[in-house]
Amino acid sequence: MNEMNKSGLTKFKDNLLSLKDSMSGSYLRSGELSSDKSRAAVMFNNFFLHVQGVKTHINTLRPSYTVGFGLISLFLLIIAFISGIFLMVYYNPSIENAFNTVKDINFVVTGGRFMRNIHKWSGEAMIIFVILHMARVFFTGSYRKGREFNWVIGIVLLILTFVLNLTGYMLPWDQLSYWALVIVANIMNSPKELTDILGLTQYFDIGGFQKELFLGGLNPGQESLTRVYLFHIMVLPSLILVFLGAHFWRIRKDGGLTRPDSFETKEGDASYTPVADKKGGIFPSYKTYGLMELAKGKTPAVDNDVENTVMSYPNLLVAELAVFMVTLAGILAYAFYIDAPLKELANAAIPENPAKAPWYFLGLQELVGYSAFMGGIVLPSMAVLGLLLIPYLDREDNNVGIWFTNGQGRSVAIQSFVLSIIGLIGMLAFVVNFGWFRNWWPDIPQLIIILVNPGNLWVGFIMVWSLFIIKRTGSTRMGAIALFTMTLVTYVILTYTGTVLRGPNWDFYWSQSQWPMH
Amino acid sequence: MSSQTVDKPGSSRRDFLEKASFITAVVATAGVVGGALRLIKPNVRYEEPTKFKIGKVEQFPQGTVKNLSDKKVMIFADADGLYAISSICTHLGCLVSLTEWGFQCPCHGSKYTPDGKVIAGPAPRPLEWHEISQEVDGTLVVDTAKAVPIGTKYIFA
Repeated sequence: MNEMNKSGLTKFKDNLLSLKDSMSGSYLRSGELSSDKSRAAVMFNNFFLHVQGVKTHINTLRPSYTVGFGLISLFLLIIAFISGIFLMVYYNPSIENAFNTVKDINFVVTGGRFMRNIHKWSGEAMIIFVILHMARVFFTGSYRKGREFNWVIGIVLLILTFVLNLTGYMLPWDQLSYWALVIVANIMNSPKELTDILGLTQYFDIGGFQKELFLGGLNPGQESLTRVYLFHIMVLPSLILVFLGAHFWRIRKDGGLTRPDSFETKEGDASYTPVADKKGGIFPSYKTYGLMELAKGKTPAVDNDVENTVMSYPNLLVAELAVFMVTLAGILAYAFYIDAPLKELANAAIPENPAKAPWYFLGLQELVGYSAFMGGIVLPSMAVLGLLLIPYLDREDNNVGIWFTNGQGRSVAIQSFVLSIIGLIGMLAFVVNFGWFRNWWPDIPQLIIILVNPGNLWVGFIMVWSLFIIKRTGSTRMGAIALFTMTLVTYVILTYTGTVLRGPNWDFYWSQSQWPMH
Repeated sequence: MSSQTVDKPGSSRRDFLEKASFITAVVATAGVVGGALRLIKPNVRYEEPTKFKIGKVEQFPQGTVKNLSDKKVMIFADADGLYAISSICTHLGCLVSLTEWGFQCPCHGSKYTPDGKVIAGPAPRPLEWHEISQEVDGTLVVDTAKAVPIGTKYIFA
């Protein structure tokens, strides 16, 4: 009986009964997932999955290689996006209501405090995991062989992560928000230190101009909050999505994740390949080569890489789902037990003592404590510029995909690690105990403080040491390892110092329990 | 074919027009973007006026130390006259507090002498001194938008 002869109601009933198959069929656009052809179709017929290859290299699936850091960062961003939308339901960006609505979210709204904790901690966790991801990419040399520009996009994403966190921190309009706003505005104003000395301020006050654009006035107020809000919920999320899209697209276009040329499979890898569901024909079904597997790489022929790839469905997707579940569980557990801080209402007449920025900026605050212009603008810009240029200044593409490149890289990393810990702690101890130029010669000109302060000296030392490593080893990669290791250690130590060891008046204390009561 | 005689690479009419139109496109786009960005610089500020009354002369006898924390200014009176010093730290804008030896900033540890000169910490400039004037009815007015040289003290009748 063909379709034409059925009665209308019979056709309707048949369609209704086959709804499950016809709908999933129209979504997946492939039949049962019993062959590699249909498993491949899952990937390339799906809008969300097709940015990933049909086949994935076994090395990519090794947890010891990527540690999942990049993927965790992505999932944290998704969690932050969704929880942020929930917070926007109640949050009101006016200086009269902002604090009250955040308090409502914390104390009145059902699940509000939990949602705010999730948002806060997923955002801050992003900083940690984006940095860890960057470190993984760096130490495995994965910024090369066509991936230079994707490293640059990654640095942009790192900056966006920081700025998103910073702007979010300013929205509750509590004491921390207000004084963070004041400090950031004045860091923007700090080029004045230099233009004052050069006598340029009266002609063009670049610092004052930046500060006014940021605050929408001369003092923090409603205009400032409106601007910060606009950036936090609109401008920065849009930018991070655009750059993230480009980041993922480039991973695929640049030939997937890096892997060592010397890659060897292990015994357990057989489990990645399902038993062939042979239904006839002379070719085994797992021996199909798609064009996209052959398009990239130096050899135009089928080489070992293809041999060592496995179907992305289900191998990659299951691994990704597992990382997502772990990420979500981690954030939920942390947010359940640890509350996001909320201080008292912003008060322009009483600064916090100590007025601390959020922890991820306390390393900068330590540098800002030497010179606002150098620590707040010049040194961070140099760090960002240095990170951006790494793949262009180091172009040795041997041993890509191997942690620390080789034994020498490992020992350079360890030496730089130990040297920066000893050197930086020694320098901080010196400054804490003996002060700096102005404590010895109060009348010293500001220009000398700007040019010669502990922050500059330390950055100079890192650069000299890296050049020395390049000279000693004859390898730019070794120099890059030294530079990156020391920058990372510096960030961690300065952040720890600013967070734990600095108390009222930015004085040194071993712990918060020693702070004087006031 | 006289045009071929001047047809050196990089100097043909077509090259010139290509370059000119490309530069025009860049300049025009930059102009539009720059003009649009001008919008975000506010023309009106909804802020408190920088000039405010602090009271009559009689309220400031010799030895007065008055911290107007909401105005971020401190008023002093000594034998040489009245003077107003800003309590905004010149480093990153925190508010300094008065101590026995001068001023102390809580944020990054800047220290100032009693007349606002930096003695320690990262502050790049001394604390600002503000102008004090007198209305016809004798009320004193401080203007925080007007800086005066360090040591400017006022004697009012």
